[in-house]
Amino acid sequence: MYGFEAMTFNIHGGYLEAIVRGHRSGLLTAADYNNLCQCETLDDIKMHLSATEYGPYLQNEPSPLHTTTIVEKCTLKLVDEYKHMLCQATEPLSTFLEYITYGHMIDNVVLIVTGTLHERDVQELLEKCHPLGMFDSIATLAVAQNMRELYRLVLVDTPLAPYFSECITSEDLDDMNIEIMRNTLYKAYLEDFYRFCQKLGGATAEIMSDLLAFEADRRAVNITINSIGTELTRDDRRKLYSTFGLLYPYGHEELAVCEDIDQVRGVMEKYPPYQPIFSKLSYGESQMLDKAFYEEEVKRLCLSFEQQFHYAVFFAYMRLKEQEIRNLMWISECVAQNQKSRVHDSVVFIF
Amino acid sequence: MELLKNLPEMDLMRSEKMTFVQLIIPVESAHRAVSYLGELGLLQFRDLNDDKSPFQRTFVNQVKRCAEMSRKLRFFKDQIHKAGLLSSVLPTLQPDVDLEALETQLSEHEHELIEMNANSEKLQQTYNELLEFKIVMQKAGVFLVSGKTYETAEGRELDDNVYLSDYPESASLLEQATQSGPSISSGLRFVSGIIPKSKVLLFERMLFRATRGNLLFNQVPADDHIMDPVSSEMVEKTVFVVFFSGEQAKTKILKICEAFGANCYPVPEDLTKQTQITQEVLSRLSELETTLDVGIRHRNSALHSIGVHLTTWMTMVKREKAVFDTLNMLNFDVTKKCLVGEGWCPIFAKPQIQEALQRATFDSNSQVGIIFHVMDAVESPPTYFRTNTFTNAYQEIVDAYGIAKYQEANPAVYTVITFPFLFAVMFGDWGHGICLLVGALILIARERKLSSQKLGSFMEMLFGGRYVLLLMSLFSIYCGLIYNEFFSVPYHIFGDSAYRCRDDSCRDAYTAGLVKYRDAYPFGVDPSWRGSRTELPFLNSLKMKMSILFGVAQMNLGIMLSYFNSIYFNNSLDIRYQFVPQMIFLNSLFGYLSLLIIIKWCTGSKADLYHVMIYMFLSPTDDLGENELFWGQRPLQILLLLSALVAVPWMLFPKPFILRKLHSERFQGRAYGILRSSEVDTDSEPGSARQHVEEFNFSEVFVHQMIHSIEFVLGSVSNTASYLRLWALSLAHSELSTVFYEKVLLLAWGYENILIRLVGLSVFAFATAFILLMMETLSAFLHALRLHWVEFQNKFYAGDGYKFKPFSFAAIADDED
Repeated sequence: MYGFEAMTFNIHGGYLEAIVRGHRSGLLTAADYNNLCQCETLDDIKMHLSATEYGPYLQNEPSPLHTTTIVEKCTLKLVDEYKHMLCQATEPLSTFLEYITYGHMIDNVVLIVTGTLHERDVQELLEKCHPLGMFDSIATLAVAQNMRELYRLVLVDTPLAPYFSECITSEDLDDMNIEIMRNTLYKAYLEDFYRFCQKLGGATAEIMSDLLAFEADRRAVNITINSIGTELTRDDRRKLYSTFGLLYPYGHEELAVCEDIDQVRGVMEKYPPYQPIFSKLSYGESQMLDKAFYEEEVKRLCLSFEQQFHYAVFFAYMRLKEQEIRNLMWISECVAQNQKSRVHDSVVFIF
Repeated sequence: MELLKNLPEMDLMRSEKMTFVQLIIPVESAHRAVSYLGELGLLQFRDLNDDKSPFQRTFVNQVKRCAEMSRKLRFFKDQIHKAGLLSSVLPTLQPDVDLEALETQLSEHEHELIEMNANSEKLQQTYNELLEFKIVMQKAGVFLVSGKTYETAEGRELDDNVYLSDYPESASLLEQATQSGPSISSGLRFVSGIIPKSKVLLFERMLFRATRGNLLFNQVPADDHIMDPVSSEMVEKTVFVVFFSGEQAKTKILKICEAFGANCYPVPEDLTKQTQITQEVLSRLSELETTLDVGIRHRNSALHSIGVHLTTWMTMVKREKAVFDTLNMLNFDVTKKCLVGEGWCPIFAKPQIQEALQRATFDSNSQVGIIFHVMDAVESPPTYFRTNTFTNAYQEIVDAYGIAKYQEANPAVYTVITFPFLFAVMFGDWGHGICLLVGALILIARERKLSSQKLGSFMEMLFGGRYVLLLMSLFSIYCGLIYNEFFSVPYHIFGDSAYRCRDDSCRDAYTAGLVKYRDAYPFGVDPSWRGSRTELPFLNSLKMKMSILFGVAQMNLGIMLSYFNSIYFNNSLDIRYQFVPQMIFLNSLFGYLSLLIIIKWCTGSKADLYHVMIYMFLSPTDDLGENELFWGQRPLQILLLLSALVAVPWMLFPKPFILRKLHSERFQGRAYGILRSSEVDTDSEPGSARQHVEEFNFSEVFVHQMIHSIEFVLGSVSNTASYLRLWALSLAHSELSTVFYEKVLLLAWGYENILIRLVGLSVFAFATAFILLMMETLSAFLHALRLHWVEFQNKFYAGDGYKFKPFSFAAIADDED
């Protein structure tokens, strides 16, 4: 179908593409961020945001604001937009949109399971969950004692079920196992999403495979860095890498044996797209890596809006919006805790 | 020339003269001064703090307080709306409440309301719980009893099956009294509760999985809907009873219940205990109900007392916020004791503004008066037309295309008449015209009532254009009389037809035609044309020629207006090298065509005008033959053709070259003369003051002039052709109404059956109302709009101005609605 999307795309996807592009132009700009960074109190932030698309969501909040309220309301806006798009979408766009939320679903599952392990209140945990990753029986996760039960009781109904087939062990749930489970699930999810996008074909496949490959590579790097110094074996580590992306397969071989961050750096600098990310960092530093990756991701996501007639704009918009909410959270936290000097540390400008 | 210059001034022709003013207001009287100016609504403030973000401005705290107050007011409104009270508007405006007082009052009210809400919510929750308990008791009790009946009946069956069919019910009661809880002894336990109906299926499945199928799930829908405390919506719920065995299963099930938000209530198995508890619950329920009722009544009265003032408060807060927003546009002067504001106001409003400022100084007991003086401005002033209810709609039509440049000739003056007239040329039918007239009159008669209430978007549009509609309908009646059509039927209003049959039998009326026996029909189209073979050729020729005449006339008017603009702005270059060649070009071609049309009409000549016009270009020297309309036509045509050919380079070349020459002269003068001279120069020509500042780019100017000339030359052909839409639409309208009249109404009337006649009549009525009166009106309106925007206004109208938006409370109130 490649090359002919323009003929038929607008029949089903035109309206939503227009909507999502409209939403995109509502994203905060660098000027907005500059103004936000100058705010003295959370009320100032609210005042500034009320002049943006977030206005209706914040205007009825009583005055002593909290960071959580701001983030909650901004997320609510994202969720409302997502739900509207999902309602209007037809196949295969609706499946595509649902795929976007699976990542949050995995995070939520892990959050609840870890929380129950540490005997936290379920209601409290539910409030922390990302609203995009909610499913009906999510609260029941607390009932499960081990992974097999987790699967059989709850997850079998969710779209995550197929991803679980790889990680069912009868082992008890502990922190390490949960983390491995998260990464295995994520791996399966990314691979499945990748296959789905390939099946869609056309510009969607082209752009999405690029974006997902970046995501997979970033996860591979993060897994490597996080597993340095843990008891995870090399083979286990390699099993957690997704089987696509720029690093697959040779980069994975090399990453699997890395023992410290500089070795990771050595591996990554062989790949031209990742050179600029690592060249910004000084040796031995891994704090700023996240931000560098986010910046690169935002750049790629913005580029996806340059083409028309494909679904990657939806993915890109959701991701950009999440980045925006992260930015807002960071700014509000800095303002609330009087740490304004650190405001620019983690804010990634989108435009 | 002198005559033209001494014409009386037309108010609407040029926008109001504006002046740029500066205000220096002492801080103590600033608020009052600005609010008086807001009441007056004739001064547009300029934002002097453009570079500052909203929270860096001076009065940000006041703005925040206003925003907070309006949030509270919205909360009250929401609460009143939720409680189902109608917010009654208090007619008498309260004497001004102090803003601080209002703020404390509002926060008191809010506090009170929130407390009441919290209380009633708590009560509501208890009430809900009790209600659910009651329902569970009723429903689940049935399960338990029937389950046991079955069980005990079975048990007894083994012993002895005599009583089985006779009295199972009483037997079970008896049984229960003797052996307490057979179910417990067999290790069977149960959990009963209530759950929203939408979750039942998933819940059941989850339970089944968790216990590996070792359970019995019973459910029955609850009769009453239960209010959800969060969204205060009524939710349908289902009562369930789960039977299971084992302690571990119990914890699991309870956990799942919790996860699904199912409320579990213990139901005693003992029937007597059940009834006892039910009694208790019922009595507590009725108690709670009365408490809740009292609470709601109390709350409603509180809300009512708020609701009385709500609108007043809202407008007040809105005004305050607007005042502070405006104050934020002002600058502090060096001493920090005065606020400096700049803005535009119409010259006529200066005394009014001064009076308001004096009043403000006096009322606020300020020692220092407010200084108000005129300044020079760099940018061009805003455009402000003082319209009334009648002219407003026409001004809107013009503004929709573009706001007039400051002091530019305003096409709305002419649009008042030409717009409805061109509409009517396309919509000429006096029957339809009368229908429109009735509609317009109804709107105008109920003007006062309708303007105060909120209308839907469609009605709003209709109401806004009521005076346009009025003139449109009047002109439609006029044009309809000329076309002689009343719902497409001709009438002999102005005497008898000028034609009659050749003989009495009238056999050859449709073959040989009629003969004229008296003077022409005095007004409009002779009714005898109707239905004749030559009806269409006659009407087409008439309407086509008429359209061209109207078009040429209107385009000439447009070019004339460009002349007046040039005179007004002292731009003799445009007159000489734009207006004159344009006039010559248009009139030597299409003006000449119009002349031919008129001559042909007057003399009744049979000359072919197509032929004349085409061969005027192809072979101008040839003999015209039978197409000659008057003596000396051929030399005249050659002369006209030549002048048209000359006009094209005339409007293309001289202007850019002269502009360049002027510019280079000025540049030289600046290089060798005194520096100041150039500034004096710009001051003397206010209309073109800004052009001198810009750099002169010859190629750009030339290309622009070329585009303009080509556009005009091509446009004069295509625009004239465009006016033929007048003919096309009027033809379509009359044909369509003929079809509906003849093929629907007359056809149905041919039957004797009353039913068919009624159906035919109703179809005709609907078609007339929806297709002819609505769709056709709309399409004729749009075409008239196009003729004005494109064909008329592109001859003279720049439309690149910006509107005068004074700071006014009235506008703020309108905005929010």
